[in-house]
Amino acid sequence: MFRRNGNQCVATFAIDEVRVLRKVAGEVVGLLMDGFDHTDPVVGRLFPDIYPDRPDDSAEFRLYTEGDLKTGKIDQAGAILAALPDDGPGEVRLDGEEAEAWLRAINDARLAMGTRLDIQGDTDLGDELDEAVVRDPASSRVFQLSVYAYLGYLQESLLNALPEIEERH
Amino acid sequence: MGGMALPQVAPAETPQIEEVPADDRPWVTIVWDDPVNLMSYVTWVFQKIFGYSHDKAEQLMMDVHNKGKAVVSSGARERMEMDAAQLHGYGLWATVDRG
Repeated sequence: MFRRNGNQCVATFAIDEVRVLRKVAGEVVGLLMDGFDHTDPVVGRLFPDIYPDRPDDSAEFRLYTEGDLKTGKIDQAGAILAALPDDGPGEVRLDGEEAEAWLRAINDARLAMGTRLDIQGDTDLGDELDEAVVRDPASSRVFQLSVYAYLGYLQESLLNALPEIEERH
Repeated sequence: MGGMALPQVAPAETPQIEEVPADDRPWVTIVWDDPVNLMSYVTWVFQKIFGYSHDKAEQLMMDVHNKGKAVVSSGARERMEMDAAQLHGYGLWATVDRG
């Protein structure tokens, strides 16, 4: 989990954490590059229709903005991959800009996983995990739910470790 | 954004709706509630994008959370589209509509 150290946000990751973070960041990049498919609900969530009742206007807007949005999301997932140790445990130190990229990228990963796991507003993650463990402790759903919960804690810790934001209004 | 193309067969007296300056009509950016985004993250995004104080950003986040959606900015259509695009960059579910 992240903590504040001077102007930086610092975390020490175990090898399993490094591997999980590499995997989820890599999956987001894969989704945005090779596997980009507008009919995929995850893509629908990461690139929402700006005019839900006006498909033509939404499509026109998409035409002008989707490329930049996609590049931004690939870059922010890349920021996670760039800051992590190659393989093995280690410390990650982020300046303000890197921390922002991490926050956004962790959020994209959580949105992708949350959509696949069908997380709803009233979903109790603990109950969901207990049920999945009872059904099959070795299932991919148990793993996915655990990673999803872990990313939530990690994102929260990074938010708490950020320096104050300057008020403009 | 160009207006909708008028049918070629339109009679000459068709009112020229394009002459109404589009920018005078208010548009709004709406953020919708979402089961995944953390409340603290949404607050941070509002501070970051709009420069709001923590209290104001948190109030706006609570509006989204409690009412299912909230208007986060209003103004010219192009500006709202820019706001929504920025919000999408942060993973918030934003749409644009007439105010």
